[in-house]
Amino acid sequence: MTSRLDKPAISLSRLAIHAVLLFAVLLYLVPLVVMLLTSVKTPEDIGSGNLLSWPAVVTSIGWAKAWATVSGYFWNSIMITVPAVLISTALGALNGYVLAMWRFRGSQVFFGLLLFGCFLPFQTVLLPASFTLGKLGLANTTAGLVLVHVVYGLAFTTLFFRNYYVTIPDALVKAARLDGAGFFTIFGRIILPMSTPIIMVCLIWQFTQIWNDFLFGVVFSSGDSQPITVALNNLVNTSTGAKEYNVDMAAAMIAGLPTLLVYVVAGKYFVRGLSAGAVKG
Amino acid sequence: MATLELRNVNKTYGTGVPDTLKDIQLAIKDGEFLILVGPSGCGKSTLMNCIAGLESISGGAILIDGDDVSGMSPKDRDIAMVFQSYALYPTMSVRDNIAFGLKIRKLPQAAIDEEVARVAKLLQIEHLLTRKPGQLSGGQQQRVAMGRALARRPKIYLFDEPLSNLDAKLRVEMRTEIKLMHQRLKTTTVYVTHDQIEAMTLGDKVAVMKDGIIQQFGTPQQIYNDPANQFVASFIGSPPMNFVPVRLREQGGRVLALLDSGQARCELALGAASQGFDGREVILGIRPEQISLGAGGGDGLSLLRAEVQITEPTGPDLLVFVTVNQTKLCCRLAPDISCQVGDTLNLQLDPARVLLFDAQTGERLHLARHAAPLQDNVAHIAGR
Repeated sequence: MTSRLDKPAISLSRLAIHAVLLFAVLLYLVPLVVMLLTSVKTPEDIGSGNLLSWPAVVTSIGWAKAWATVSGYFWNSIMITVPAVLISTALGALNGYVLAMWRFRGSQVFFGLLLFGCFLPFQTVLLPASFTLGKLGLANTTAGLVLVHVVYGLAFTTLFFRNYYVTIPDALVKAARLDGAGFFTIFGRIILPMSTPIIMVCLIWQFTQIWNDFLFGVVFSSGDSQPITVALNNLVNTSTGAKEYNVDMAAAMIAGLPTLLVYVVAGKYFVRGLSAGAVKG
Repeated sequence: MATLELRNVNKTYGTGVPDTLKDIQLAIKDGEFLILVGPSGCGKSTLMNCIAGLESISGGAILIDGDDVSGMSPKDRDIAMVFQSYALYPTMSVRDNIAFGLKIRKLPQAAIDEEVARVAKLLQIEHLLTRKPGQLSGGQQQRVAMGRALARRPKIYLFDEPLSNLDAKLRVEMRTEIKLMHQRLKTTTVYVTHDQIEAMTLGDKVAVMKDGIIQQFGTPQQIYNDPANQFVASFIGSPPMNFVPVRLREQGGRVLALLDSGQARCELALGAASQGFDGREVILGIRPEQISLGAGGGDGLSLLRAEVQITEPTGPDLLVFVTVNQTKLCCRLAPDISCQVGDTLNLQLDPARVLLFDAQTGERLHLARHAAPLQDNVAHIAGR
């Protein structure tokens, strides 16, 4: 009798699995490789070689030019994304706390209606949002864009936190109430310290959504207050002069870097956070 | 240290839904240990939450030390609670868990340290103070939960099924410890459980609940020996009380119950004749330990012969099951009796302890009680 442990470490089927996985990895890497290679090539090099050919000379011209063009918009994006992410996460946490632990008459209906917000396409809220921003005097401002992102993101952040908090036993809140703690004390001292995984999930999700947003950016901002996604589009779609693919690629990579960074730093929480609710629930 | 009184407490979650609590009425003295016991869904936990102030009541009044607290928020009632799930704050150390309520109440740090030290010593958890709840075993978590309740020296302790998450051995240990603690501290306590052994062993007073109604409120002995109805009789006691449908007959000024084991029949004299019992079908209740083995062989006059169908040696007892009136009857006999399935035993039912219940309503029926000496009480009818 041979047990499973006695089998050779490398079997044919295992080899096949690894080959397929490796192929998939390479396939997924191709766009990034193409972008990276193109961004460090000279324009002549791009014209002569093919997409995957190694650059004749590695140059940072493309990156320098791209940064000079989009750096202002990069900071715009940060000014929009950071407050929008923080505010929508904070409000979502508070909403979720109320909906999970301080049920009121009609709170289930309220939550149900809130869920609709997750299914609303961006396009449907454009007109009402622009009308509201106009009334508030926030049209074409960074603050206005932040407001739109916060409101649109609330449905998601509330859903995340609410679903996380329903897995926390009610008895915890009851115990704290008997200990004399009030609504905000319980939230701040007991519930929030338990929320690290879902806060991470929420931050990653909102950061990705808001940083990558194009439509709200193009509609609710103009000129110098535009986010980097819009600037990138303008850069790539420009019709004057020769196409500088190295600059386009470098600019695209600059636009994508912050999201990548967030995933690398906080990515482990993403899987853990999402499955934490799923398994316990 | 406080008295607790519930006056006609009602709780309903809206019209159309059956009331969760109906006219709950009970009172306990300072330092008494009250047990709320009943099957799941009987409203005992709801009642406890109402006492704690975590749920509002729809009617009636809750009085602590004579003051109506029904309108007060939980923190103003000065009550501490131990939860079934312990509900320890997972991100805080044991020390912070115990100190949390004191900090909220803004006690000076020195007083908090002193109180934590006192409680930790009392519960022998001093070595655990720096740990997080996740690093503790179930029994240790249980102690910390009790420590958190003890720390505030509240007027009343509430325990919500505190032992049901522990394994059997630890449960017995903690049960003794809770009793010891109560004897030492003499704090008024309300304890919810569905475990009738906890109810019997811990309580000064027991309230048996079902469907939001208190079925009986009394001392454990009253509940055990003198149950108000069939539900209470069946709920308290392990193995549970036997219920045998019988037909009653009056003869010579006495009420007789006809028992038929298939092998033999006998008429058990229950007491002096009372009106309306002749010919009536009732439920006869008798606890397993109130059935004994008649003197071997003898004249057989006072005995019911019955064939053994199942034996269950539990260690301290031998449970023997026979059939009487087409109903399984459990008898609790001494473990040294040698008896096999198929043997015939001479069983003796203690007529002084037999209870009668209405077959329809389950309510207790009372005969005019004048138990004659045992020998006269059983009239034997020839075996078939």
